[in-house]
Amino acid sequence: MNIVNILEEIEKVDGEIYERLNPRRAAMKDFFNMGKKITLAAMPLALGSVFQKAYGQSTPQAVTDVLNFALALEYLEYNFYNHALAGTPATPIPAGAPLAAITLIRDHELAHVNLLKGALGSAARAPIPYSDTDFTAGGTFPTVFSDYGTFLAVAQGFEDTGVRAYKGQAGVLVGNTVLTTALQIHSVEARHAAHIRAMRTALSGGTAVYKPWVSLGSAGQANDSGVSQVDAVYAGEDTTVQAGVNIVGINGNAGVTKAAAVECFDEPLDKASVITIANLFLQPGKKLS
Amino acid sequence: MENLNEQDVLQDESNFLDAKLQRRSFLQYAGAGAAVVALTAAGCRKDRINTPMTGVTLDFKDDFGVLNYAYALEQLEAAFYIQVASAPPSSFSAAEKAYFQDIQYHEIAHREFFKNALGTAAIGSLSVDFSSIDFTSRTSVLGAAMAFEDLGVGAYNGAGVRLKNTIYLLAAGKIVSVEARHAAYIRDLISNGTFATAPQVSSDKGLDMALTPDVVLGAAGKYIKTKINVINL
Repeated sequence: MNIVNILEEIEKVDGEIYERLNPRRAAMKDFFNMGKKITLAAMPLALGSVFQKAYGQSTPQAVTDVLNFALALEYLEYNFYNHALAGTPATPIPAGAPLAAITLIRDHELAHVNLLKGALGSAARAPIPYSDTDFTAGGTFPTVFSDYGTFLAVAQGFEDTGVRAYKGQAGVLVGNTVLTTALQIHSVEARHAAHIRAMRTALSGGTAVYKPWVSLGSAGQANDSGVSQVDAVYAGEDTTVQAGVNIVGINGNAGVTKAAAVECFDEPLDKASVITIANLFLQPGKKLS
Repeated sequence: MENLNEQDVLQDESNFLDAKLQRRSFLQYAGAGAAVVALTAAGCRKDRINTPMTGVTLDFKDDFGVLNYAYALEQLEAAFYIQVASAPPSSFSAAEKAYFQDIQYHEIAHREFFKNALGTAAIGSLSVDFSSIDFTSRTSVLGAAMAFEDLGVGAYNGAGVRLKNTIYLLAAGKIVSVEARHAAYIRDLISNGTFATAPQVSSDKGLDMALTPDVVLGAAGKYIKTKINVINL
């Protein structure tokens, strides 16, 4: 199996294929070196992806756009946690470990806002003040700031969305030094998500279990949060084939069940889907586009 | 032509692979999705270059080196959790035993994913050395687990920018956030509330670690018997 041969064949009919696939020839050669060894199973996926990028889709988003997109999400998260802590009345978060954890997370989100603002400089988008937000999501979560359990459920949705959103932009940032910073934020969001999930389990007193990792729901659905209103946050999280490799029972490991296969890979979410989710929490006229 | 026989069809397909097809037609053909079948046939020609890797060498000249680096770390993690899950410390609760089973299968899945994705380019199996870990001790096991998970997160975060292929970057991204979830869980078991605290996560910037391969392999070295050669770093 040799992708180089395939691309040579294409080159005969489309002399510009290399430039089309990637304007940097050197980068493309690296892809060839890898393609030579891509498994047969991964091949159609790899090809499809390359073609889609070369012929199907518009120009990749500029790095600036990705950073501003991330900044908008961080503003949203910061406002959410900050209002719970500093609003009047504040959300009844139990003192001690729970309050400390939410404070730490709020501080991280503010640090992310400032980091991204600093990186963008004059290109940074307008700030999103609390007054632009609606964390009841148009009345879907009327007790989001007055009921601790509802607050945590929405928090889990934000954190799991954040993890997916950063992952969804990885393709735009390939090889860019900005990618490293994005990854460093991304894994912190995942740590937040894991802890919020543990806080929800603790609050239930053991009657409900929210694993630190995204698993299958009780009826085998992609959304394991127990909150059907946030199905969009988990759409596609039940994927079990990765880069053409089927993970369930991989290489005879029966212990890698469907649930394990779902858990061990977090899935990305594309920008449009993330914006749809984010806009649920923004006032009319203040929504992202 | 009404009655194309098989020969005609084959002729058409070979035409497609020759220089006769106009670009516009090619685009339509590729867009139809059927191209993969014909192109796969073209791809089955014997590889022209054959340079098998010998021993355990991580050659960072291309994405394969990065993937093998991840494969090595996943081998290490999987071996550790297999041992923990098979005989957990006696003080582990039922819930903790269950989650360590989960993590065991996550790491096995990661290991096997890289093995399959790398195919013939994969390095061999590593021999591990866990003599520094007391598997009967909760403290020892959790301490080692935290070290492995935080190291894994830092390793993926640092290696991401080395990957040139979007598919593999995305796969690494899908894995690293799960490792971060593991890390947070284990840190909270050691001391609740330390899921993302300094120095692992910087308090001023809210950033996780991003580590270079030499630092990661230096830290992982005491758990690995097999010699790992690193070139083109």
